Amino acid sequence: MKKIFILTSILVVMVSWSCNDEAFLNKQPNDLLNDEEVWKNRDLVVLALGDLYNRFPDYQTIENWGEFANFDEAFATRDYGRHQNNDWGFGDWGYWDYSYIRALNSFIKRCAGAAALTEEDRQAFLAEARVLRAAVYFEEVKRMGGVPLILEPLTYDYSGDPTSLQFPRAKESDVYDFVISELDDVKDKLVDPTVGGGRIYSRATKGLVLAMKARAALYAASIAKYGVTTPSEATAGGEAGIPAGMANGYYEKALAAAQELIGTGWYSLYKKNTDLRENFVNLFLDKSNNTEVIFVEDFKLKDKAHGFTTNNQPIDQTEEPGDSGWLNPTLNLVQSFEKLDNTFAPLAIGTPGNYVYYDNITDLYEDRDARLWATVMLPGTQFKGRVVDIWAGYILADNSIITSGALGGQATLPGRSVAEQVVGKNGPIDQVEKSAQTGYYVRKFLDPSIGSGQRGIGSAVWWVRYRYAEVLLNAAEAAFELGQPEVAAGYMNEVRQRAGFTIDLAPGEITFDRIVHERKVELAFEGHQLWDMKRWRLAHKVWDGQNVGLTTNPGKADESSTKPYGLWPYKVYDPGNANDGKWIFKVVVPGKAIGVDRFRLRNYYSEINSDILSRNPKLVQNP
Amino acid sequence: MKTIQLYIVLSVMIVMLGSCEYDNYDAPESKLEGQLVYQGTPLNLDARNVYMELWEPGWEKKNKIDVHVNQNGAFSALLFNGDYKLFIRRNSVPFMAPHNDQTNSDTILVEIRGNKKVDIDVIPYYLVKNASITNSGKTVNAAFGMEKVITDANQKDVERVTLYINKGNLVSSDMKIAEASLNGGDIADPNAILLTTEIPDLTPAQSYVYARVGIKLAGVDYLIYSEIQKIDF
Repeated sequence: MKKIFILTSILVVMVSWSCNDEAFLNKQPNDLLNDEEVWKNRDLVVLALGDLYNRFPDYQTIENWGEFANFDEAFATRDYGRHQNNDWGFGDWGYWDYSYIRALNSFIKRCAGAAALTEEDRQAFLAEARVLRAAVYFEEVKRMGGVPLILEPLTYDYSGDPTSLQFPRAKESDVYDFVISELDDVKDKLVDPTVGGGRIYSRATKGLVLAMKARAALYAASIAKYGVTTPSEATAGGEAGIPAGMANGYYEKALAAAQELIGTGWYSLYKKNTDLRENFVNLFLDKSNNTEVIFVEDFKLKDKAHGFTTNNQPIDQTEEPGDSGWLNPTLNLVQSFEKLDNTFAPLAIGTPGNYVYYDNITDLYEDRDARLWATVMLPGTQFKGRVVDIWAGYILADNSIITSGALGGQATLPGRSVAEQVVGKNGPIDQVEKSAQTGYYVRKFLDPSIGSGQRGIGSAVWWVRYRYAEVLLNAAEAAFELGQPEVAAGYMNEVRQRAGFTIDLAPGEITFDRIVHERKVELAFEGHQLWDMKRWRLAHKVWDGQNVGLTTNPGKADESSTKPYGLWPYKVYDPGNANDGKWIFKVVVPGKAIGVDRFRLRNYYSEINSDILSRNPKLVQNP
Repeated sequence: MKTIQLYIVLSVMIVMLGSCEYDNYDAPESKLEGQLVYQGTPLNLDARNVYMELWEPGWEKKNKIDVHVNQNGAFSALLFNGDYKLFIRRNSVPFMAPHNDQTNSDTILVEIRGNKKVDIDVIPYYLVKNASITNSGKTVNAAFGMEKVITDANQKDVERVTLYINKGNLVSSDMKIAEASLNGGDIADPNAILLTTEIPDLTPAQSYVYARVGIKLAGVDYLIYSEIQKIDF
């Protein structure tokens, strides 16, 4: 009892003590800076701005690589669930980040009246924050359609009536108009990307403003033009859907913005290496005077590194047992890369029992676009100075297969006495995690430096959000839609020449399918696919829920592609036959890929969460 | 120490007693059930995708109750008594709710006071007619016709017709082991459509499958089907 009494009294004393102390409750925190303090000091303002940059919205990125396997471009070797659902949720890709918008609005408001900053700084910071705000609204409208345009930090007056904080959704076209006009407005307040002889990549510049404007106007234009094919997804109030009549105006703006950027001469396609495959790899790795890159999220070893390489390196040379081989690009993507004579064709592998034989494992891809070699890690190519060992086994004269269930596993071939390796050290072996289950690993953004594959070190390869080739393709698309195929062909050919195409496309050869295809192969794994498929209203045609096999017409934009396919190389074992030691290839579907993708019409605009709707009765739901 | 134990036991009991009084609400116990029908015949729909939305106005938070419609067009829901608005989201389903005079829209008012059985009249864009699915060995043949029901401004075009086969008796565009399609433009005679597909190898082996045909409309996600048939082979 005594103990209880003592304990209780201590408690009572402590509690009563703490209650009475005014000073304690009003104590300034020493680990937080409040608004007033931040705006007294330029360095702190820069820090606050840095935080705003850090919250820049993305979807698929090298930090969020799992999302690359959501569609038909990659298979996830450790997250099979992504390939076992048929449908995407109606709320998927939803984005409603008004806390970020509020932070931006409040930064913009404070910055305009910040006495501690020089006029020059004030204008520059203000312009940067407004670019970020435009980018957030662009992201919102991409995902949700029109959203309330809030341009002031709103404050609640605790009156019990929140009506003053409730705003209806703006029209989808209004949000695009806002993004475009805001970017126009701040353009001249920002610096050139080449200011001071260096290059600015990770902060907003005039270059970024023009590139973003071209992209936003192009998105709006294509939604206006192709939205007519999905009339059911437009709302009566224009919150979702843009009238078809506005398409040309947006295309003109997109073309003008892209051409303005092209005309400045700040950027050019990256062409430092004469080996075009190596060149396209380095485009994403080279941080010194990279003339193509416009805007990135940058990384730095020790301070801010990412695990893309750790998680996607080949398993046989992994620097981090436990992590590797997460993403397997699919045959769907691989076969989309054109032949260098400008034609489309499935890979020439013959038919089962009547295979085409190749002397070298890489010969199959020799006549393909250089970008294929730099986007996908093909079997038999090199990474970090080592051959990427991917092959599924030996095939005998009677078409039977000798292989092993272990990576790099051994077996004895008929007529031999010693067991030898009969399967690649990276597989492919079906349903073995981290092996190349589709027969491919990813190459783009993969860091070849030593240590990049360790969790404790990571990779500092940057995430490219805007680059010059996309600007050229935006210009080409806008020009094509405006009936200027000569202009379109010029920009397309510039991008294609860098990929190794020696025969230019004639203006008459530029078609919608060509434009769609060029973006697919140039911008694979750069986070464009979903938004492109949405704005062209192709998503419900390509991911249509039909299980009809891999298309034989990879250049056609609306061919069904609902399952991830793979391609497995086999080595021929047939001593005495001319084909002995050669390679054949077989198309496979990973055993875990049991789902068939179906993009439903309501997926075009993400559903607004019912919580958000309850809080603001002025919002209308997407169709 | 004994006393402390006693206190703990007592306080736990008090807490438990206290919780009984306030926390428990009656479970919803009024059953709404019925079918989606056209001219008295229930529609054959997707097994797991078609939902109706029930909204009960007047509450502070707005949240719908999703009422699932099964592949025979039947639905049921346990609800609290109240006045609900029932709404079927267009554009994903192969039918339309007719104009309702009470609400002057396609929303239907549903008053729940105890159990209730309602069949809801809807109008499908198309219907599958005279479907006959037969097999010779592992080859499944479907012969059917289609009838265009809505011919006014709301009409839809046929994107394709498809024969689906599945191992169990849930068969639809997202539950299938084999399928065969014909594009809408390639249909020569809408009264005599033929589709053929092969039953793939099944593991574990079974000697029967289920099959039905569906019509996929342009601009509509989910199909309208024929009745499910069992195929022995």
